Parts: sequence; C-alpha cells; structure tokens
Amino acid sequence: MNGESLYPRLEPLLAQVQKPIQYVGGELNAQVKAWDDVAVHWALMYPDAYEVGLPNQGLMILYEVLNERPDALAERTYAVWPDLAALMREHGVGQFTVDSHRAVADFDLLGVSFATELGYTNLLEALDLAGVPLRATDRDQAHPVVVAGGHAAFNPEPIADFVDCAVLGDGEQVVGDITDVVAAWKQQGRPGGRVELLTRLARVDGVYVPRFYAVSYGPDGAIAAVTRTRDDVPARVGKRTVMDLDEWPYPKTPLVPLAESVHERMSVEIFRGCTRGCRFCQAGMITRPVRERTITGIGSMVDQGLRATGYEEVGLLSLSSADHSEIGQVAKQLADRYEGTNTGLSLPSTRVDAFNVTLANELSRNGRRSGLTFAPEGGSERIRRVINKTVSKDDLVRTVTTAYANGWQQVKLYFMCGLPTETDEDVLEIAELAVEVIRAGREASGRKDIRCTVSIGGFVPKPHTPFQWAGQASAETIDHRLRLLRQAINADRRIGRSIGLRYHDGKPGVIEGLLSRGDRRVGRVIERVWREGGRFDGWSEHFSYERWTAAAAAELAPLGVDLDWYTTRERGQDEVLPWDHLDSGLDKEWLWDDWQEALSEEEVADCRWTPCYDCGVCPTNGTEIQIGPTGRSLLPLTVVGR
Amino acid sequence: MARQPEGPPPPPTVQKLRLRYAKRGPLRFASHRDLARALERALRRARVPMAFSAGFSPHPKISYVGAAPTGAASEAEYVEIGLAQRCDPEQVRAALDASLPPGIDVLECVEASGAGSLADRIDTSVWRVELPGVALADLQSAVEEFLASDVVMVAKRTKNGLKDVDARPAVVGASAAEEAGCAILHMVVRQVTPAVRPDDVLAALVAVADLRPPSPPRAVREAQGRLDDNGTVADPLGPDRVVGTRCQGEPATV
Repeated sequence: MNGESLYPRLEPLLAQVQKPIQYVGGELNAQVKAWDDVAVHWALMYPDAYEVGLPNQGLMILYEVLNERPDALAERTYAVWPDLAALMREHGVGQFTVDSHRAVADFDLLGVSFATELGYTNLLEALDLAGVPLRATDRDQAHPVVVAGGHAAFNPEPIADFVDCAVLGDGEQVVGDITDVVAAWKQQGRPGGRVELLTRLARVDGVYVPRFYAVSYGPDGAIAAVTRTRDDVPARVGKRTVMDLDEWPYPKTPLVPLAESVHERMSVEIFRGCTRGCRFCQAGMITRPVRERTITGIGSMVDQGLRATGYEEVGLLSLSSADHSEIGQVAKQLADRYEGTNTGLSLPSTRVDAFNVTLANELSRNGRRSGLTFAPEGGSERIRRVINKTVSKDDLVRTVTTAYANGWQQVKLYFMCGLPTETDEDVLEIAELAVEVIRAGREASGRKDIRCTVSIGGFVPKPHTPFQWAGQASAETIDHRLRLLRQAINADRRIGRSIGLRYHDGKPGVIEGLLSRGDRRVGRVIERVWREGGRFDGWSEHFSYERWTAAAAAELAPLGVDLDWYTTRERGQDEVLPWDHLDSGLDKEWLWDDWQEALSEEEVADCRWTPCYDCGVCPTNGTEIQIGPTGRSLLPLTVVGR
Repeated sequence: MARQPEGPPPPPTVQKLRLRYAKRGPLRFASHRDLARALERALRRARVPMAFSAGFSPHPKISYVGAAPTGAASEAEYVEIGLAQRCDPEQVRAALDASLPPGIDVLECVEASGAGSLADRIDTSVWRVELPGVALADLQSAVEEFLASDVVMVAKRTKNGLKDVDARPAVVGASAAEEAGCAILHMVVRQVTPAVRPDDVLAALVAVADLRPPSPPRAVREAQGRLDDNGTVADPLGPDRVVGTRCQGEPATV
C-alpha cells in the first residue's frame, strides 16, 4: 500500500527479456509525484504493448489532467509481454507502473482504456499479475477500483464481472469527479467499505457500476430485462461530453518514448465527434456532437507540443480531419509558420470528397510527400449508399488521379468486406476501381511507377450504430470474397503489378464481433481463453482462433447460445440489446430507422451543414455542434531551428 | 524522369562537433536505435542548427561511433554532429543535455579540429562489470584461467543464428577486484568483428571455469579510444582539444 518501487527486483529480470527499454519509463515529459503527497493514486493502463499504448492520446490526456491536480497522481502501465510475465511470476514481482515502478495493487484506482475489445484478455493478465482478484465481487477495499473507459466501454457487458465501473464518453472531467468521490470516501475513513464507494461512484454522471444491474434471459437466449438492483443508481447511464475543446488543450506536453512506438509523431486533436453518419462507424456515432478546436487553439497546441517533444511531424487528428471548417487556413498558416524547419503535417483521416490538391500541397510543403490515404470503405456505389459514405466512382477516380498528377506516387485505399447486403460483385468492383485508378493515373502523370495499395479487412458490427442489428459476415464469406478480389486484381498483370493488396483474414473479426456485441455471458469465454494462455489477441502471432472457438463452444453451449448467435445472427427490432441501458444519446428508434434506410440504400446528409436529422444526441445531453469558421489567424512565431 | 526535390538545397555543414555522452541507470536498457531517436529529437528541442542531407527525406548530419550494447551502461559514447551555423560547443552541450531525458547525459563537446575521424581514434573499450553474488576468489581464478588460454570459443547470437566465436584474442587485459562487497571485472577489449562484448567474455568465464553469476551482471563502458603501444587507451577527443577550444562538462573519468 505504500507505493514502494519494485525496480530493484525488476531490474535483474529486465536483462533477460526482449526490448527492456519499454519497461523502464523515464520518457521525456513523464511525471513522478511523491506517493504520500496526494490523496488519490491512479494507475492508467493501455491494455496492449507499450509501443502501441504509449502514443494513445486518451491515456496521455488523462495522465496530464490527473497529475495537474494537487491531490492526485497518475502513473502508466502497459501489457507485459509473455517473456517478462513468466519471470515476474517466477520471482513474485507484480504488475508495475513504468513511471515509478510501483505495484499496480497499491493504487486506489486502475483505469483501463479500451480502444478495441481484443484487449480484454490483457486486462485479465494484468489483474492476475497485479495480484488483484479477477472478479470485482471478490475484491475488498484494499484493492484498486478497476475502471474501464474508451470506446469499447460503451458495451462493457462482456467484462462486467471483471471491472468495478465503466465510464461512458469523454474522460477529461469525469476522472476529476471520480477522484473527488474517492478522496472524500478515504478522508472519511472509508465508510461502508467498497460497496459504499461504488454506490457513490454510480451516482457520478457517466459512471456505470455493472454489479448494481441484474440481467435476466428469456427462453430464446436473448436478454429478457436489465434491471437496477438499487434505486439510488440511475436506470440508464448517460455519456459525458466535454464542450469547448479550447478549454482542454491536452496533452500539453506529450510523452516522447525512447523506445520505438507505432506513431512517431505528435498529434493534435482538431475536433472531436463526427456527424457524417457513416453507418458502420461506432466512433462517429458515440462521440457526437462535432466540437471543433479553433484555429488559434490548434496553433498554440502545435507550437507548445513541438517545443516540448522535438517531433518532426504533427498529425492533425480527428475522425475526418479535412472537414474542419478552417482546415485550409490551418494547413496553410501552419505550413507558413514552419517553413524551412523540416516539420511535416499530416491528416490521418481524409475523406475523398473533402480532399483538394491545394490542401495536400500545404500539408506536404515542409515535410515529406509520403503516400496519401483515402477510405472509400465500400467497393461499389450501391454499397457506399448502404453505409452512407457516398462518393461516386468518377469522383474517386478523379481525386486519386489528381493526386498522381501532382506528384504523389503512392495512394492507399481502405475498404471493408462483409458489409450488410454485400455481394461478391460489390467487392469485385474494388478491383475495377483500382485498375481504373492506375490507368487514369498513368495517363495523367505520364509515369509508369505510380502505385495503389488496396487495404481491406472484415467489417465488425458495433453497438450504438445503425448496424448493431446486422448479421456479421462469417469468416468463410470474408475469406472467399478476398480470394475473388485477389484473383481479379492479378488478372491483368500489366496493371495488377502496380496494385498492392493488403488484407486481414476473417477470423479475428469474428472474435472481435463476439466481444463487441456480447453480453455478460461472454465473460466466461474471455476468462477461459485467458486461462488457456490467450494474450495479445490483437497480434496475429498471438491470436488463436481455435482457442476462442473452443472456449466459446464449451462455455456457451450450456447456456443455449453459441458463437454464431452472437455474430452472424441478425437481431430483431424488439430484442433487448446488452447495451440498451447505456445511453450514447442516440435514439434507438432513429438508429432503427437509419438501419432500415441503409437496407433501402437511402443516404443521410451531414447535420453540420444541413438541418438536424434528429439522432437525439444534442437534446438528450444538452449539447450542440461547435464549429467555426472563427476567421482568426495564427500569429507568426520565431521559427524553430534554422 | 526523376523527380527533383523542390526548393533550394540544404545549407552546407560549417562546423562539426564531437560529443561524449553517458547512458546511466535504467536507460542502460536503451538500444542504439532508441538513443539515436532520442538524440535527434533532443537536437530539435534544443534548437541546434543542424545541417541536413539533401534529397526527398533530409536527415540531420549525425554520425555514431561504436554504440554500447543494449543493457550495458556507458560513460563514454561518442557522436559527431554537423551544424549549418557555428555554435559555441559548451552552449550546445548544455542545451542538448537539458533536452535529453535524465540518464542520457552529455559530458563533453569539442569542435572537430584535429586530424583523423572519430572512428579512426576508437578501437578499444574499457569495461567494468559488476558481478553481484560472485566471490572475488572465484572471479580471480576464472580470469586467470581465461588469460592463460589461447582460444576460448563461445556461442554468439548473430543475425544468422548462433555462431562460435573466439573471445580470447580481443581481450587485451582483464583483472578482478572488489568494491563494497561486490566482485568487479575490469577489462580492456579491442573492438573487433564480430564484436566481443562483455556478455561474450562472461560466457567465456563459464566455459573455462564454470563461473555462473547468480544474478545478471551489470556492465559499464568506462572509456573508449585507441590503444597505444604502452597499453593505455587514449582519449579520442584529445587531438581536438589540443587544436581547438576545450569545452568540458565534467572531468573525464578515464
């Protein structure tokens, strides 16, 4: 309980493992506070390898927000690779934080950010390594309160037995509210023990405590009802929404690791939320409404962040960055400001219909003209109407051709396979599109060495989206269509050699589907998979489809359901969905109508520029769209470097 | 028709600085690539006016010399940087040191002025290896056994799998000592190809005397330089100091 460092016992183990640098902390901008100076201790975990977890924006934001409080400290912990985990078990060293190598078990709270459901087995591994009981009801008041957050927390039911709370929505403010509750409870001498603490937490807006809700099942295997077991907790838990992003300029001093990480750049979130209404996109549905950071807010974050990190690339992050109301000015004025400093700008997500060459030229002015990436998602115009990501084939070809003509040699196109109503023909149109792109691109650029990479993966229906009722395509269907696509691309070698195909087989998507739309019964499957050695399920070299299907069969059969029931089965309008008591603000009726419109291939326009389409979020949460243009300009800075 | 980078060519290098830095404490687990990345970013944060290579993806002019292995600490790592504007070496040292994480400490910075490249001035390392839990007498006899051997083959992991390497000829000198109850191996090792690292010498001690430390030893590179005829390792920045201005952070521990 004293926050003592485990480093002297950990150090001899580090000499024996791969990439030990990921476990030693000491990153630039890391913070270490004295244990006894604060009332509340948070361990923040990203349940994947350090190289993936360190750049995570959410964790970095909460780390700074919490450490700014005088009464709290936050340290980070990441999933430990099996080589070190085995040594830790052998030598009795528990799951530790990288900042001060304190035992996770010593902290008051363990906050775990789930960007994907494939991190669930890593949660169990971390709890077990920490010496914290797996099941929340087996914990006593000395154990940390385990809090799940991130997008996957909008359906935490599969991990409901393992977490004490789940937080819905933006974390910046709610972590402060939770800290206040824990500080008061500790200061009062922990009245009522853990149950009292959880009851108080359940009354915090946006905090869901699964143990206070009972789930009953009908004879058909579906949920009969979810009912609260105490009347002092909310019947439905709503999400938190941070308004005015300029008030929350985090991370101010992003962490810079010594070890290599997946994103070697600094990121600035230029807006949160998206109302484009792509029907497959959970992020776009659960993060509404759109809230833009102003051009001046962006400018000062870029300036401060570059000074604090020394990165040479800035990613302007959001769900669809070219949609920012002042993106042209943001790109131009940043490029002016960093002229001659080898500082690159990038937009990680660009819609085909929002792309223009002027913008792209500004972005690449000071940096490297690397590849461009577009995500049409669907292969045919028909399927793009179904998913509400409408771009005509001609526009797509024209946009990509323009890019080639302006000097880009490499264009990446992202697609999904297994979308609702999809046929083999829809997927085969991807090949036609790629061929046409190369033909037109060669003509427009006068070059033969242009390339187009098609990247494609299986679609997984997600909670709180219009596709939450859809039957997921089976792994066999996905693999069959991907095989056809590969043959079609290779049919004409003269064109096909300029087209790369990168794809993921359908199996991991099926398990992701089970975990995404699962209910509490799926928890047994997760636990069994972990006990049988399942870890790092997001990594193909660690993922075992057979282990998952065998565990699902064994654990679900006695309950009268199976893997297909959770994945490939289409749900009816009246079915109680496992997440119905968790409120993203979206009206279930609106989602259903949108699902029906998808099936009849009808589009919906973006409410940013057209009238409200009544999704329900703003009236439910008392929020509104916040967009520019502000008309403001960036002040010139003293130029960095030479 | 090859594409040409837009804009004017990068400014030329007008000054070369040579740095000695240490990696200490937990940062001994940093690999060479980790250190290189950290140094590049620190140079940007410190606003050192680096010279860049030409081309589509310009790189700052940095040359590294013989990096210590991952897991080994060092008091004597060397790097040379090319600048596009002349700077005071001590100011660069201080700014860079402040920009690097604690544990990567820039100790000296001098302007390259003497004859010969940095790489030409380094062919030998001075190592100190702490062996917690090993009795001094056992270490002493193992070292004697090793020095008395002509050939000591050890299996070494290389890119192409395990390979047998003779660890003996690279070791110019070795001795055992004790400090604060911990056995210490001091040695002077030539930088040969394939490299003979402290781990390889420790494997050789297992081979000749079955010396098996109960916990992982900790190696520190104390110095690097050219081995001269009387058996001492010369300071590789010495010739630059004679010609140029001396700018030193801490007294060298060599």
